[in-house]
Amino acid sequence: MTTGTTRTPLKAAFVHDLLGRSDYAIIGEIVPHGAKVLDLGCGEAELLEWLAVHKGVDARGVEISADKVKRAIARGVSVFQGDINEGLADYPDGAFDYVILSQTLQETLHPRQVLHEMARVGRHVIVAFPNFGHWRVRLAMLTSGRAPRTSLFPYAWYESPNIHFLTVQDFEELADLETLEVERRYFLSGHRKVGWMPNLAAEVAVFLLRAPKA
Amino acid sequence: MIVESRTVSFDSIALDSGATLAPVEVAYESYGKLNAARSNAILVLHAFSGDAHAAGISPETGQPGWWDNMIGPGKAFDTNQYFVICSNVLGGCRGTTGPSSLNPATGCPYAMKFPVITISDMVRLQKMLIDQLEISRLLAVTGGSMGGMQALEWAVAYPDRVVAAIPIATTTRHSAQQIAFNEVGRQAIMADPDWNGGDYYGKQPPARGLAVARMVGHITYMSDDSMREKFGRRLRGKQTFGFGFDVDFEVESYLRYRGTQFVGRFDANSYLYITKAMDYFDLTNGHGSLAQALAGAEARFLAISFSSDWLYPSYQSQEVVRALRSRNCDVAYVELESNYGHDAFLVDVASQTDLVRGFLASTLERVR
Repeated sequence: MTTGTTRTPLKAAFVHDLLGRSDYAIIGEIVPHGAKVLDLGCGEAELLEWLAVHKGVDARGVEISADKVKRAIARGVSVFQGDINEGLADYPDGAFDYVILSQTLQETLHPRQVLHEMARVGRHVIVAFPNFGHWRVRLAMLTSGRAPRTSLFPYAWYESPNIHFLTVQDFEELADLETLEVERRYFLSGHRKVGWMPNLAAEVAVFLLRAPKA
Repeated sequence: MIVESRTVSFDSIALDSGATLAPVEVAYESYGKLNAARSNAILVLHAFSGDAHAAGISPETGQPGWWDNMIGPGKAFDTNQYFVICSNVLGGCRGTTGPSSLNPATGCPYAMKFPVITISDMVRLQKMLIDQLEISRLLAVTGGSMGGMQALEWAVAYPDRVVAAIPIATTTRHSAQQIAFNEVGRQAIMADPDWNGGDYYGKQPPARGLAVARMVGHITYMSDDSMREKFGRRLRGKQTFGFGFDVDFEVESYLRYRGTQFVGRFDANSYLYITKAMDYFDLTNGHGSLAQALAGAEARFLAISFSSDWLYPSYQSQEVVRALRSRNCDVAYVELESNYGHDAFLVDVASQTDLVRGFLASTLERVR
């Protein structure tokens, strides 16, 4: 089991929103200029458009909703309509420099398979997810005795798109299982970077990973 | 909008069948202005029964072009920005050399002496036209149905001449069902005694056969939903059944009207030749697999399909998209929601406009 959660790099204590999202700000920092990027579940491709304009990346996206795909293409981003799994399967190994999955892992049917495929298709993998181990989630469950509803997990259990709940620690273990090397970790609570006890204190985690070189 | 209608002649064209056609003429129209860098040209490719008159009002017939709602100032293919070209296909009957053209060897129409042509022959002739217009690279090639086949063929056959391709409601090869419908159309024409082995020019044309062929075609272009909506079981000009075989239902009247109208503007032998070209088309020919066929393609792609199109179902567009992804090509794809069946690419303009406009704008940016 990995205990590396304390190695959080902290350059600045605060993160400013990018397009209204703090995890986007982290992703925007990570992705270098001119990279080839695939965003899974890219929505209307706001992030990809930003990366194309500000980082000159070669941007591609996958999105299941036809309406969102239409708006993404109208923005000029090459997005195709499809399921994340089928979308990944067609790409050759190492097709992208970065494969991004932002706040979607918990909605996928087979998260382990998705992570595995991401690491096959991309030389680097970025996964951002809401932390189910956050103290407010734990407290909500403990005090209400019901499936927790918080600002991070606002849905009633019967209409939540989230079908796999995971914590920071759970993800560390999955990365281990997949023998992925964690290059960097970022933990956020609101706009504040969290360094201490991230599994309890982080609302959102962003991991940068890669498959170890053979 | 500036609408230019012209015909260009070439000495000859070598065909896939091994035959040579000499001479050969191409009818084309253009809209908008070619810029100084000659970098804003878009070639629009028509479907089976279309022609070069894609946009604007024809000075002869007063009719708008077949894609007039997509091509023009401020439209999806904005003629304030782009120079749009559309030519009639080889084998056609609307100005480009086809079976109804005069055979210089005999002085009579070619009829069935016209060589069998393919989609790549059509595209080869279009390329001769584009060379003639001194356009070294097309910003985009686009079309629906058979036009989409030509767009794909362009991207594969002349990869360095195409920046982007927009194949719509199309396929890389006809399925058994698509070939079957074409064969019914051909048999209807050839079963008409007036067809006379194709030798009917200057005589009575096979109007009944051609009309039946067109009726079948129209059914395949619509959807169960759109037919229910448009006709239902409504009777035509009567309250009760006629208890005979004259027109009872609206749908019968519509199909008869469409069939008869088609006879006035289309040549039965062109029907035979062009449907055969569609059936022969297979992008994988000589390449082993679709992915290998697309290996050399340099264009970025926008593929569009429609949810209710059962003639060119979405899975056929998705096949192209998957093959392009496996080659790590730049491809966007969306299945648009529509009730109009295959006709959607001509009718559902609103849903296509923003897509095409955004895709073209970002393509133009890459060229600059």
